[in-house]
Amino acid sequence: MSDPALSVSSAVVPSGATADGRGMPARKSRRSTWPYLFVLPAVIAIGFGFIFPLVTVIRNSFYSGTFYKLTFVGFDNYKFMFQDDVFLTSLKNNLKLLLTVPFMTVVALIVAVILNDGIRGWRAYRSSIFLPYILPAVGIGLAFSVFLQYNGGLNAILRAVGLDSLAVDWLGSPTWAIWSVGAVVVWQQLGFGVVVFLAALLSLPPEVTEAARIDGVSWTQLQTRIHIPQIRTAIEFFVVTEAITVLSWVFTYVYVLTLGGPGNASSVMEFYIWKNGFAQGSVGLANSAAVIVMLLASVLIFAYLRLRSRPDAQARGL
Amino acid sequence: MKISGLASIPRHVLLAILTVIALAPLIFMVLTSVKSPDEYSVNPAGLPKSITFENYTHALIDLPTLRWAMNSLIVTVVAVIISTVVGAMAAYAISFGNFRGRTTLLSGSIAAIMVPPVVLVVPMFVTMVNLKLINTLGSVIVFYSCLLVPFCIFFLYNFFRTVPAELVEAAVVDGAGPIRTLFSVVVPLAKPALVTVAVVNAIWAWNELLIALVFLQDEKSRTLMAGMTLLQGRYVTNQPLVLAVATLSILPVALFYLLSQRAFVRGLTAGIGK
Repeated sequence: MSDPALSVSSAVVPSGATADGRGMPARKSRRSTWPYLFVLPAVIAIGFGFIFPLVTVIRNSFYSGTFYKLTFVGFDNYKFMFQDDVFLTSLKNNLKLLLTVPFMTVVALIVAVILNDGIRGWRAYRSSIFLPYILPAVGIGLAFSVFLQYNGGLNAILRAVGLDSLAVDWLGSPTWAIWSVGAVVVWQQLGFGVVVFLAALLSLPPEVTEAARIDGVSWTQLQTRIHIPQIRTAIEFFVVTEAITVLSWVFTYVYVLTLGGPGNASSVMEFYIWKNGFAQGSVGLANSAAVIVMLLASVLIFAYLRLRSRPDAQARGL
Repeated sequence: MKISGLASIPRHVLLAILTVIALAPLIFMVLTSVKSPDEYSVNPAGLPKSITFENYTHALIDLPTLRWAMNSLIVTVVAVIISTVVGAMAAYAISFGNFRGRTTLLSGSIAAIMVPPVVLVVPMFVTMVNLKLINTLGSVIVFYSCLLVPFCIFFLYNFFRTVPAELVEAAVVDGAGPIRTLFSVVVPLAKPALVTVAVVNAIWAWNELLIALVFLQDEKSRTLMAGMTLLQGRYVTNQPLVLAVATLSILPVALFYLLSQRAFVRGLTAGIGK
């Protein structure tokens, strides 16, 4: 990315400005010192909090041992990890969670389209559907860990209405545990999609809708042919963001709901990193798994940056 | 295209179902928290037959809940202040200054927002041990501040660039240095954006678990989120108590949300599109 090309538009180049009397050259000069001083703390923060640990984790993924005594082992961590059933289960579980993304996207779109129709009480619906998104995952995770127990609230309700056969051990069964985690993720993230899509729909120019209505298109055609295509960028942003979320931001849910169990049935890659790094002392494996998570996330981050640089995203001030 | 009258009933039904799903676990949590453990064991889903606040007094007096909440508050406030100041200065330089690496810093910040903290936590743990910060709130404050800076830069840059350049130029012509221009011209204009950034970052810091769990292993130094996870294993037979603490942890966020919904919606959809 070339630097001066983009900076022209927003850089202020005042005419006739002189030195400001504090030893800082005015902005007239193409290059002055003050911007460097202003960005220095941020550069230190990003260097210390992101770049340094990223470089370290990549380097250390080729070492084995404890935190303080590392021995070079080449690709051994990676070789071991890809034969480790726990890692493979974790990776598979992350991929299963990826299936929640299209589900959430479709449901959130339907809800947003309905709310955008100016249905009575839409603000109240939006507020309550969005509420879960901002609540602490630990708090709601604890609530769900009790609610979903075999003798918890959900099964009590199911039994009360005669659906005994549906009352399974949601968190304790190896088949269901990861899907229960997925359900809690959906419960918390769905409102985010609704708010994002609704905001995009509300910002569409009303003229197009008017014109379509005069042309007599049906409600379904209006939504699928006219409204939804226009908010494509918002949909893509949501899909990419949620894909990153379920691949690499679900540790809290797993830790609080199942601790990766039963056995390792509901472990995810983040949990594998935490367990190897901080509970089992296999730091090398924690590092190599972290590199894999970063690689997968990088693909999505790259997609995210590409979306951002699109003209229609820029026009919206993204 | 409005659909009125009877035709809108199925839509209300769908929205009502979703609302119930969104609120049911929260209602379950609050109802459970006012039951005695004995009542919960025979009546897990129904309304409480008698309401007791014993779990809350137990949580607030016998457990370190308040201490953990205080730790969370300190961590949140300090990290939000540091990251907002650092981010605002960088965003100002990116918006109105001209320097090498300007666009790199901007796109680097956008990319950094999405970097999963789990990737960074192992090396940072070792660093914090070496800096002798482990088990102190300082470790969490420093790392949170670093992690929050990119979002501050990105969000504030988007706002600062809408500030008319003439205003900034006028201040410079009047002899104001960049620090004065930032704090007396741009910051007052950017108040809503600063509030939004602070709200979103405060929620993130208050809710964070992984880093707090790893850096603060000592029981007393934990944040509320990290502390609460201890109760889960310790009070397996007293779910109402655990959910009383969970309710207490959610309450400030829910109240905050009701008071500043607009800031939330604006801030959390910022990365995505209007």
